[in-house]
Amino acid sequence: MQSSDKKPNQGDSRRDFLKKSSLITAIALTPSVALKAAENQADERFAELFEKIPLNLTVNNKAYKTSVEPRITLLDYLREELHLMGTKKGCDHGQCGACTVHVNGERVNSCLSLAVMNEGKKITTIEGLANGEELHPMQAAFIKHDGFQCGYCTPGQVMSAVACVKEGHTNSRAEISEYMSGNICRCGAYPNIVDAIVEVSKGGTKA
Amino acid sequence: MINFQYLRTTTAKSAIALLLKDKNSKFIAGGTNLIDLMKRGVTAPEKLIDINHVPLKQIELVGDKVIIGALASNTAVAENSLIKEKLPLLAMALNAGASAQLRNVATVGGNMMQRTRCGYFYDIEMPCNKRQPGSGCGAIGGFNRMHAIFGTSDKCIAVHPSDMCVALTALDAVVVLANAKGERKILFKDFHRLAGDTPQLDNNLKADEMIIRLEIPINNLVKNSHYLKVRDRASYAFALVSVAAGLEISNNKITDVRLTMGGVAHKPWRLTASENFLKGKEATVENFEQAAKLAMTDAKSFGENDFKLQMAPNSIIEALTVAKSKA
Repeated sequence: MQSSDKKPNQGDSRRDFLKKSSLITAIALTPSVALKAAENQADERFAELFEKIPLNLTVNNKAYKTSVEPRITLLDYLREELHLMGTKKGCDHGQCGACTVHVNGERVNSCLSLAVMNEGKKITTIEGLANGEELHPMQAAFIKHDGFQCGYCTPGQVMSAVACVKEGHTNSRAEISEYMSGNICRCGAYPNIVDAIVEVSKGGTKA
Repeated sequence: MINFQYLRTTTAKSAIALLLKDKNSKFIAGGTNLIDLMKRGVTAPEKLIDINHVPLKQIELVGDKVIIGALASNTAVAENSLIKEKLPLLAMALNAGASAQLRNVATVGGNMMQRTRCGYFYDIEMPCNKRQPGSGCGAIGGFNRMHAIFGTSDKCIAVHPSDMCVALTALDAVVVLANAKGERKILFKDFHRLAGDTPQLDNNLKADEMIIRLEIPINNLVKNSHYLKVRDRASYAFALVSVAAGLEISNNKITDVRLTMGGVAHKPWRLTASENFLKGKEATVENFEQAAKLAMTDAKSFGENDFKLQMAPNSIIEALTVAKSKA
C-alpha cells in the first residue's frame, strides 16, 4: 500500500462510473429495478446494483433468491453462503475435481464458475444425492468397495462418477478411468473407485 | 480475485458494443481459463461480459462445410454424431484435452483464446515477456521442459496448450470473426501467432472483434486419421508433444495428407514440408520417417526440452502409422 495522497474517492468514482455506463447495460441486468432506480436518480442504489448482482438458482431442489458479488465462485457461494460444506475446495484451479457439482445435470468444476453465471440453473451437490436416509447407489457403492481413504476427494469423485454413468462412459475400466481423470485421489483409491462405478453401471447397488 | 463489473448480454451485436465501450473489458464464456488467470492475478479485467446466452452453439452441416458456433461446448462438439462421422480427428483431439468437467463448460471460442500454461506466465513474481512485455523470459535458461522447439524467439518460448486447435489447423478450418461493421474470415492456421517481438499477442483477433463460428470443409481423411498425444500421465495433462495426422490413401498412394503438431510452438505447428513430401508417395514407414526428418529441419531446443527433438519425429511416425492402419 502506498502513500495517502492517492486517497480513493468512492462517491466520485461511483458517480463518474454511473455517468459513463449506459442505461442499456443496467437494463440487461435487472430491467425493473434498474429503471426504477434511474427514474428516482438513485445513484447509490445503482452503485449497489453493480456491486452485487441478483442471483436466482436452485440448489438440491430448493430455490434461492439472493445477490452476490460477481467475483464469488459457485464453489464459494455453496460453501460460504449456503453452508453446504460437502463440496470441497481442493486446488481451487480446476486441476483436482474435488469441487465437482452438477449444473443442469452436467458435471462441472464449481471453482471455475462464477456464481452469477449460474442464473436460473439447477445445481446438485453431494448433499442433494441421497434420498433422505437412503444413500444414492453410487454412495453405497463407494462404501462397499472402499472407494476412499481420507475422503476429501470423495464428494467430487461421487458427483463425477454419477455423471460418468449417466453419460454412458462406462464401457470398460479403461474408459471409466479416462472419463474420471478430472478427479484426483491422493490416497490412490482409483481401482476401488472404478469397482464402484462398474457395479453401479450394471444396476447395483442398493445399500 | 479483484472484483469487476459483470454484464450479461444475449446478442453478438450488443456483446461487441459493450466490448468497444471499455478496453479493460473481456468476454467470458466457459471461464475455465480466464477465472483461473484472474485468481492468480495474471489478468484483472474491469468488466466481464458474459456471452453464454448469445445463440452461437450450432453444430451443423451446410453444403460441404461443418459449421460450429463459437459457444458450442467442447463436450457438445466431441459427442456430436456429425462431428464423429465427418471430422473424427476433431473429436479425438477434444477428448484428449482437459477433463470431462472442464469440457462440459469450455467452449470452442474459449479454447482458441486460452493462454499458455508456461509456469513463468502464471507466476506473477517471475519475469515474463508475454505477461509483462520487456520483463524478460524466465523459461529461456530456466525450467523449460514443456516449451517450444519450433518458431521460437529470444523473447518467448511458450507453447499454445490446445489440442482442439491442433486438429482444426490440420482440418483447414476457417474462423469467422465479427466486429460492429461486419464479418471477416481468417484461416485457422493464421489465427494464432508466433511470439516474435510481441509475445503478449497470442493471436490476430482484433480488440473490437468476437469469434462467431468455425467453418470446416469436409474431407476424405475420415478413415485414416489419428490424434496422438504424449504427456506425463495417461490423461488430464497438457501435451509434451501431440500430432494430428490425416491421410487419404488410394491405390496405396497418399492423395491427401494433413500433419499438425501441438506442444512444440507458440501456435499449432503445421508440417507443410512433410505434407508436400508425402503427397503422391506410398504410405510406407520409410516415407513416414523421411517426412518426420523433414519436419525437424529448423527445430531448436533449450535444455530441459532437448528430449522433444527425438520425441517429435517419433510421434509423427507413430501418428502416421496408426492413422494408416485404421481399417
